Amino acid sequence: MSEHKTKKKFSRRKFIIRSAIGTGVAIGAVYFTRPVWRRSIAGFANTAELPYNGSTDEPRIWFEVTADNQVILNSPKVEMGQGTFTGLAQIAADELEIDIRQIKVIHAPTESGNIDGMSTGGSLSIVGLWQPLRELAATMREMLKAGAAKMLDADPGSLKVAQGVVSGNGKSLTYGEIVKAVKEWEIPDTPPLKDVSEYKFVGKPIPRVDLEDKVYGTSMFGMDATLPNMLYGAVAHSSRIGAKYVGADTSKAEKMPGVVKVVKENDFVGVVATTRMEAELAKNAIDVGWEVDRNWQSEDIEEMIRVGKGEPVTIQKSGRAKRILNNEEDVVTAEFKSPIGAHAQMEPNGALAHVEGDKATVYISTQVVKLTRDEVADRLGLKAENVNIVPTYLGGGFGRRLHTPNAMQAALLSQAVGQPVKCFFNRKEEFQNDTFRPPTHHIMRGKLDEKGNIKAIEHSLSSGDVMFGSPLFPAIAGSIVGADLGAWRGGMIQYRGIPNYRAVSWRVKLPFATSWWRSLGLLANTFAIESFMDELALKAGRDPVQFRLDHIQDDEAGYRLREVIKAAAKRSNYKDEVVNGRAMGFAASTDANTPCAQVAEVSIQDNEIKVHKVTCAIDPGFAVNPDQVRAQCEGAIVMGQSAAMYERMFVKDGQLLPTIYGPYRMALMKDAPKEIDVVILENGDAPGAVGEPPLGPIAAAIANAAFRLTGERLREMPLEA
Amino acid sequence: MTISFTINGVPKSVEADGNTPLLWVVRDTLDLKGTKFGCGKAACGACTLHVDGEAIRSCSYPVKFAEGKNITTIEGLAEDGKPHPVQQAWIEEIVPQCGYCQPGFMMATAALLEKIPNPTDEDIDNNIVNVCRCATYYRMRKAIHRAAVIKNTNS
Repeated sequence: MSEHKTKKKFSRRKFIIRSAIGTGVAIGAVYFTRPVWRRSIAGFANTAELPYNGSTDEPRIWFEVTADNQVILNSPKVEMGQGTFTGLAQIAADELEIDIRQIKVIHAPTESGNIDGMSTGGSLSIVGLWQPLRELAATMREMLKAGAAKMLDADPGSLKVAQGVVSGNGKSLTYGEIVKAVKEWEIPDTPPLKDVSEYKFVGKPIPRVDLEDKVYGTSMFGMDATLPNMLYGAVAHSSRIGAKYVGADTSKAEKMPGVVKVVKENDFVGVVATTRMEAELAKNAIDVGWEVDRNWQSEDIEEMIRVGKGEPVTIQKSGRAKRILNNEEDVVTAEFKSPIGAHAQMEPNGALAHVEGDKATVYISTQVVKLTRDEVADRLGLKAENVNIVPTYLGGGFGRRLHTPNAMQAALLSQAVGQPVKCFFNRKEEFQNDTFRPPTHHIMRGKLDEKGNIKAIEHSLSSGDVMFGSPLFPAIAGSIVGADLGAWRGGMIQYRGIPNYRAVSWRVKLPFATSWWRSLGLLANTFAIESFMDELALKAGRDPVQFRLDHIQDDEAGYRLREVIKAAAKRSNYKDEVVNGRAMGFAASTDANTPCAQVAEVSIQDNEIKVHKVTCAIDPGFAVNPDQVRAQCEGAIVMGQSAAMYERMFVKDGQLLPTIYGPYRMALMKDAPKEIDVVILENGDAPGAVGEPPLGPIAAAIANAAFRLTGERLREMPLEA
Repeated sequence: MTISFTINGVPKSVEADGNTPLLWVVRDTLDLKGTKFGCGKAACGACTLHVDGEAIRSCSYPVKFAEGKNITTIEGLAEDGKPHPVQQAWIEEIVPQCGYCQPGFMMATAALLEKIPNPTDEDIDNNIVNVCRCATYYRMRKAIHRAAVIKNTNS
């Protein structure tokens, strides 16, 4: 990474200065980017990336310098555990020439103007802000130096800066002193950015900036937000799929203790009370009318999710795979399935809203700050600029908080009573109103040539909606991009050394909400493709690692994929043999340009698969914080293991079940591998995606290992030995 | 009814329906927000705190049973401005990601170490049964072992 070069041209930008209340000076910038939609759709189509959607024309406040020489960074991206705040602090501190302890990262409230037009998601926060944040921080440093030069009567070139103190002409000034004194700011051209080798914090395993608050229990999550005179709300939800609200008898609820008001809207009924328990009990006393048109069962859903049903879109094509696989002998075919998955993030969805006249403030855990604001504004008939969304730490995101109708409901309840109202799902509501990971069905077909190389391969996928289920994408996106890009994330053949390959996606609209779940289609698609690669390798009598290497094309992506495969095999001392009842399984994937390979070491104990160790090699291009790259890999591996081995929602008599942890079985301490060994390669020129790519290989790695112990292919998640 | 107890060393009396889960009294009445709500059915452990030194899932513990008892929450785990060995270990291993479930895990671990000062991996598997969706289990296990060492060295 030492040969890092800044390839991108500097973006156009314009700085604004204003005094900030109670602090020193706020420095904002308009960071111009291409029109939001064109860029996101084009970017998404190429790489499944949702870029940073920085800008309209509004000024946005990035930094505030305080009198005591601290810098507050208003982050347009939210912190949901992925470590983004820490990465941003490292990047800004290095270009600002301040210590990491002098910077405080906060969630930018929408009133600051620093709003991400899209979302926090897609593993792209650091990817998207790497360039803009360095430019902004470097420019601000130069502005401060220019101000200091005048104050110190020194030549700007002679000034030295360290720890937020500018020295020259025998004197020194803190940034805090400079911003207090300077009235007229000179805004310089963006200075050259530092070489990565000069950075003190970037590239180092700096402890998380939110670490101590989280250990002492003082971080504020959405559910922790409180306002004076706050009341508690509860909204009635049907447990039935597709239920339509048709009215309610609230006479009993109105007389319940603590009830302040029963609120009836066109599409829901809720209650406001003085305590949470009173609100919950009163809600349960409402006799709600629901219209349900069908009693859905799991079999109905399985019937819908089948390759061959609905409309196909060819998402990848090279050579004549279809013709070969349709006409030649000895074609290997295998089917795979994955179930409905719940997000099950620990903090339920909800919000604290305070509507006062034509203004509203909402505290919420959200991944879509702008969408949350616009939905509240639209529903209440308020101007968007009069709605201030205050994002908090998220008690898990995983894509669940890309849908936030709870904000609008809390706001309507608050408007009805004229006081702040906090309104959250209970856990059953959380499970039944999830925006689930869609179930999938895959058919893999492959044909080996006489030398045992793959002559043709095809992946056909049927999935519920992912991107098409999201309010983030207008209907028009579907017609531009054709297939659901979320569903087929990870669904293309990454071994482009194969002469003939093809991938086809079949879209299915399910009767319940399915959408973004960490890594989207990557988990299930890689499970199918990489299990099948293993089958083909064994059929060809080849080593599974070498077999993969032999089918990788010679280009940059191929080089990086090959390197992680070799690194994982070497580090794990991979051998395709059973030793002491343990076997190794190999799998690799490429997601959002980040290749990742994993080796799972597995045994069978009491008819259950036990994962002892996972070795992971990943190449995010460049690691801003190697410790947090490691942490994301460790977490993604176990979350992926959990989905692969235990998790499954089912549909019974019109209800999505189960509705509680435990029955919704997830990996616990006893299940997680006791060893996770992560190797980080850096064969790129900028930071790449980290949060989701390591979810790719794990399901196939475990299934491939289990096959060596049982002799049976596991083709359905959750995997059962 | 009026219920009196000591919480983090401070005597408190609260007015509440005796069946109110202790969690809501701690969070909403006493404004101690470090203890989290996860499921309301004692199934995830996010609400774990100590009642007379025992790890309790407070979402399913009626406040009336807390009468006269000694409660400790994550806010009261550190003593004399020093992190508890469990917190110290959590910091050294950089355990939290989203952080929401972590107070519950730390409270469960602190109670475990009082009973089993040097827990084996099996002890940890059997006793630390909370849910972490970020799946920070690998680092938590290391932190639990480290906390045991810190605690035993201190005492």
